[in-house]
Amino acid sequence: MKLYDYVLSASCYKVRLLAALMGVKLELEAVDFHPGQAHKSAAFRAINPAGTLPVLVDGDLVLSESTAMLVYLAQASGKIWLGDATPASAAKVQNWLAFSARLGASLGMARLHDMLLYPGDIEAFRRTGVECLRELESHLTEARFAGRIFLVGDSPTIADIACFPNVALAPDGGVSLDDYPSIRLWSRAVRALPRFIEMPGIHRLHELKPTPEAVPPLESL
Amino acid sequence: MIPQAVLNEWYPVAMIALVGPRPGRQTQLLGSDIAVFLEDGQIVVQGAKGQRLAVTLRYGHVWACPGTPAHDLFPIPEADQPGRRLVDCGVVRVKCSPLRAVENFLDIAHFPFVHTDVLGAEPHTEVGRYEVQIREDSDEVWATKVHFYQPQAAKSAAGGIVTEYMYRVAAPTAAVLYKTCPNQPDAWDVIGIFVQPLTEEFCEVWPWMALFDDTTPQADLIQFQQMIFLQDRSILENQIPRLLPLDPGKEIPTQADLTSIAYRRWLKRKGLTYGAQMVAA
Repeated sequence: MKLYDYVLSASCYKVRLLAALMGVKLELEAVDFHPGQAHKSAAFRAINPAGTLPVLVDGDLVLSESTAMLVYLAQASGKIWLGDATPASAAKVQNWLAFSARLGASLGMARLHDMLLYPGDIEAFRRTGVECLRELESHLTEARFAGRIFLVGDSPTIADIACFPNVALAPDGGVSLDDYPSIRLWSRAVRALPRFIEMPGIHRLHELKPTPEAVPPLESL
Repeated sequence: MIPQAVLNEWYPVAMIALVGPRPGRQTQLLGSDIAVFLEDGQIVVQGAKGQRLAVTLRYGHVWACPGTPAHDLFPIPEADQPGRRLVDCGVVRVKCSPLRAVENFLDIAHFPFVHTDVLGAEPHTEVGRYEVQIREDSDEVWATKVHFYQPQAAKSAAGGIVTEYMYRVAAPTAAVLYKTCPNQPDAWDVIGIFVQPLTEEFCEVWPWMALFDDTTPQADLIQFQQMIFLQDRSILENQIPRLLPLDPGKEIPTQADLTSIAYRRWLKRKGLTYGAQMVAA
């Protein structure tokens, strides 16, 4: 399975992250998105006419939407990531996959604007991003009151993986996460998952490592 | 008021390969609007009042001087060495002082914590003693004999190696490092960081490389460098105070900070205070 990849892309990271968490090996092919704009080239459009990243190729199957890739990986190799099989649960997961597109169009665009000089109305990106964060914070707070930590049900699903990157990267676009304690706890829970991988701007949990040896008292030095 | 010494230096303002016709790249230099565009086959850097700035095209980038150039742009002889691949890595905007972006590039101690499992790894966190000097002949800051254990020193590195580094501050907002080349042990890989000071608290950073590596695809080389730099970006945007302090204040430097101390001293001595904080914090 081959992923056409860009290391700084939040959408590419969604797919790399889920594959890593599931223990699925992806063949990565770096595409010179910035500064080369190789994803707009004729050669790349022959693979994906939309000229977007990521692209997942598995035999004859070619996928160009990251949420579809998450569904495919989970259906093929780890159905537990789809949530339980009830109609309501499946629909809730789909709801969050659609929500993740709003995160990309707001927080994701703010980040691309601030980092890679993408054009656009930065204030509008941030404002709609904050609206998304408030919705997410509200939902996650309700979940905490009910004793849950993830978006749907009791265990992590592709809903979490779809939403996590652009939320965790919000500070790259000038949107602080300081005001959202439930989001911060959720982010910590995602980063604490076994086999979690980071990307630039998303740090691993150094603080969860074993406590270092006690520092000797000053007078003994 | 921007000191004349600051105005008379060279600053990167664009990647040569990306400069197009008017309106071209509309950006800032030292707080003033500039435009970089092609006109009759020539690259022009134009100030807000229509004035033309002095321009040098070198190392894949357009360099401009808003004042009267005090000297030529610094040399990187390796750029002309046969067999090297020159890689332009594109621009990244960072909300930090341009001087802080350079200082971070000179620092080794953060590798295990910010570039974990790539340029450093716990518990190999010790920075051994190295040598720093301000070279009078070239008027540059140099750090030499820097050694550090790195799990993946470069895209072409197969496993962990002890990498040797030399660091060089060649201009107020440009630094170059030389590091052990995994493919060619008798040569150095050369990596530059060219920082465009938009304002005192905003910059755009253009990493650039001159490597001996015939096999790694260009996209992989660029993404490796972008991955490294973007790991730094979120740290840089959170550094306080936002301006780089040049006077000794609350900060307590350690042995590992020798290069940074020399850089700050050099900036202060030369009056290159744009992006610097002069009052003790």
